[in-house]
Amino acid sequence: MTNSIQDIETADVILATGTNTTENHPVISSFIKRACLKGTTLIVIDPRKIKLTQHGDIWLRQTLGTDIAWINGFMHVIIKKNLYDKEFIKKRTEDFEELKKTVLKYTPEYVEKITGISANKIIETAKIFAQAKKGCILYCMGITQHTCGTDNVKSLANLSMLCGNIGLPGGGVNPLRGQNNVQGACDMGGLPNVFTGYQKIDDDNVRKKYETAWNVTELSFKPGLVATQMIEKAEKGELKSLYIMGENPMVSDPDLNHAEKALKNLDFLVVQDIFLTETAKIADVVLPANCFAEKNGTFSNTERRVQRVRKAVNAPGSAKEDWKIICDIASLMGYSMDYADPEEIFEEIRETTPSYKGITWKRIEKQGLQWPCPTEDHPGTPILHTEQFTRGKGLFHAIEHQDPAELPDKNYPFMLTTGRVLYHYHTGTMTMKSKGLNTLSPECFVEISSNDVTKLGFKDKAMVEVLSRRGKIKAKLKISSKAVDGTLFIPFHFAKAAANKLTNAKLDPIAKIPELKVCAVKIQRPA
Amino acid sequence: MKKENIIIDDNKLEFNSGETILEVAHRNNIFIPTLCRLKGASPTGRCGMCVVEIKDSDDLTRACITPASNNMIIYTESLKVINKRKKAITKLLSMGNHNCAIRDFHAKDWTSFQLKVLKKDATDQLCPAWGDCELQDLAYKYQVQTRDIPISESSFPIERANPFIIRDFSRCILCGRCVKACREIQVNNAIDFGDNETSGKIIAGSDVALKDSDCVFCGECVEACPVGALVHEKSIKKQRSVKIEKTRTTCSFCGVGCQIELSVQNNKIININSAGRDIVPNNGSLCVKGRFGFDFVNSSERLTSPMIKKNGKLETATWEQAIDVVASKFISIKKESGSDSIGVLTSARFTNEENYIAQKFARAVLKTNNIDHCARL
Repeated sequence: MTNSIQDIETADVILATGTNTTENHPVISSFIKRACLKGTTLIVIDPRKIKLTQHGDIWLRQTLGTDIAWINGFMHVIIKKNLYDKEFIKKRTEDFEELKKTVLKYTPEYVEKITGISANKIIETAKIFAQAKKGCILYCMGITQHTCGTDNVKSLANLSMLCGNIGLPGGGVNPLRGQNNVQGACDMGGLPNVFTGYQKIDDDNVRKKYETAWNVTELSFKPGLVATQMIEKAEKGELKSLYIMGENPMVSDPDLNHAEKALKNLDFLVVQDIFLTETAKIADVVLPANCFAEKNGTFSNTERRVQRVRKAVNAPGSAKEDWKIICDIASLMGYSMDYADPEEIFEEIRETTPSYKGITWKRIEKQGLQWPCPTEDHPGTPILHTEQFTRGKGLFHAIEHQDPAELPDKNYPFMLTTGRVLYHYHTGTMTMKSKGLNTLSPECFVEISSNDVTKLGFKDKAMVEVLSRRGKIKAKLKISSKAVDGTLFIPFHFAKAAANKLTNAKLDPIAKIPELKVCAVKIQRPA
Repeated sequence: MKKENIIIDDNKLEFNSGETILEVAHRNNIFIPTLCRLKGASPTGRCGMCVVEIKDSDDLTRACITPASNNMIIYTESLKVINKRKKAITKLLSMGNHNCAIRDFHAKDWTSFQLKVLKKDATDQLCPAWGDCELQDLAYKYQVQTRDIPISESSFPIERANPFIIRDFSRCILCGRCVKACREIQVNNAIDFGDNETSGKIIAGSDVALKDSDCVFCGECVEACPVGALVHEKSIKKQRSVKIEKTRTTCSFCGVGCQIELSVQNNKIININSAGRDIVPNNGSLCVKGRFGFDFVNSSERLTSPMIKKNGKLETATWEQAIDVVASKFISIKKESGSDSIGVLTSARFTNEENYIAQKFARAVLKTNNIDHCARL
């Protein structure tokens, strides 16, 4: 997030798109709903009539995978009606003319044809967003999990810059991070192209710094594989071994039948986890780890706040802290990794990571600090880009609408989008151990509109087969007011009816994120 | 502009326009009791505990709904105030099954009352909020005598029809904190005051069970409840004799990073609450997963020892054996097929420190940049 969670409540207008906040970030949704009570205008742009729409003033329903089109449509209107922030654009941005040229053809009528949102609504909503002093954009995986995910994000950034909403309390472009420490995993260099703090691996000076800090030579400058590519290479036999920690790709990956084949093709699979997950079951070695309540350390939340994690209970059996297990393997391989405790590791992180340099465990004892925090007297950074962007000036990207990789046709007439439910978390490894949560959400379902159920001649709660070109699953239909005709929603948590057997593994060319939010399926009676 | 002042118990205090007497007092750590006020929500003014005396005024006034005004002189613990509070507490205690022995009975009556309550609770324990009840604390503080005060019977049965929250209307004092928590803090709009605000019931939807209402089991109401009317199903089972240790940490589900407090007894988490209303980023709110979804920690399915696959089956091994297999396999694969033939998937569930170690291992030991995690899924 460019801004802080607390900020949301101070916005004049909130535009929430591709985020089912009440189910996936319930506590953040309360900030949004409270803002609405105080008079903030809420615009929800989502293919499903999610609960947030009940609190909002406006709900626009775009056809799956047409986000660039409506965003360009908004910008077309805002430029045409002269509602853009000229001073911000002049002082802080580049390439506005390019953007202007590109969005010229995205007239409300043209956009209506692509997105299904009426031209009038596009004009009206764009005006409301542009006229607000503080416009806050919130988004999540409904925006990113597309073959054009990176372009979707850039488009939202365009819109925010156009209205001068960056660097402003109550404004900003705010992705809501899904997992407790997905922000931290990225910050810590758990990515194939960067070290900690997003320092590039192909920068000679950075590599030299790490070679000195780690007392090694010849760190690789070759970008590594992202998770989805590892699966591809494993299938081809080019990747021989995977060391998977606290992840369950056998449920979370797209096109699961394919992913399973790839993982089974590995020569050596090590899985380190707290449960015998679907992935651990096919491993060659399984290493038992500690869960969050059994360890000390830090997590970084979606607003870049580094917060303490504290040990409250002892781990079962001989399960060990993850860092200790890794250090033991490293040491046996001839490279000594020896730390007294996680705080000592954090001190090493500070040494090599400018954005974390000013954060100490002592400073965050009571309240976490938001990076960048370069020095020990720096108060942290609640709002990014207040004076300038990371690269200096904000760059407008002129972007054209692109169709999703797979669209419905005669054989697969429905669009499928996947996501999560309130009562479960990711692959259910943790939440499905709770009897209470299982009672409230016992099994997979296929969310469908009542029109579609009637058309197909099924009844509510009927067991059906859902098929895509890649696989099939069996689950019960669930008529829902959230569903829109022609589009199905299936939560991906449930291994027994894994929605990811159906999803498309086509990737965004830059972020390598799979298009989990759109594919084509059909429904039939179980054989 | 000149700042205006209010005098509370001889302390001259500045206040902001619109602030209530209660807010000014609490901001300055002056104790005024309240059982209905919930920080961040509008006052209900229902419990009557926060009465204070304004100099030269005959009537006592409720501090939670009275704005501070310039040169107002307030007494928070005058005899008149204390007597009024005692009466309020007495009334609240007589409203239901407050079997914490604070209620003062004739010995004979206590036994029959206690037996009746235990039967209703279906447990041989005292009230589950015992020791953690704001009404009990106040009754003790003000030494309330309730002998000969009749008990009003609750006409609403206990609701246990959901996996997390027990609603015991016989202990409800109708303060309305739960309603405020639901409608103004979480804005889930699941519960509300019933038709008759004074003698009625807090209802969910059109007076249905929570599970059939819009309730999403965030549990904000449970944390807000000052008495034992709303309790977590698990806290019923805790042992009173064993010490509870509390640890502040960060929730392990989504990326909000809610600050939580784990209550631990016998190396087992028995309850999770927020770390408090003043603590960012969640300001006292949690969701159903964060508050109630902790069974996995103590699950019997947890992995307890390393395993190595032999003849297609995973078999228990020692740490020495497992680490040895992993290290030697990595060494041989690296030698035969090169560093880039190995990949590491670190975890969004790991701490920062562990993620750092994982990427250091990939880069410095395996000598590959094949390190990633599930950020995209």
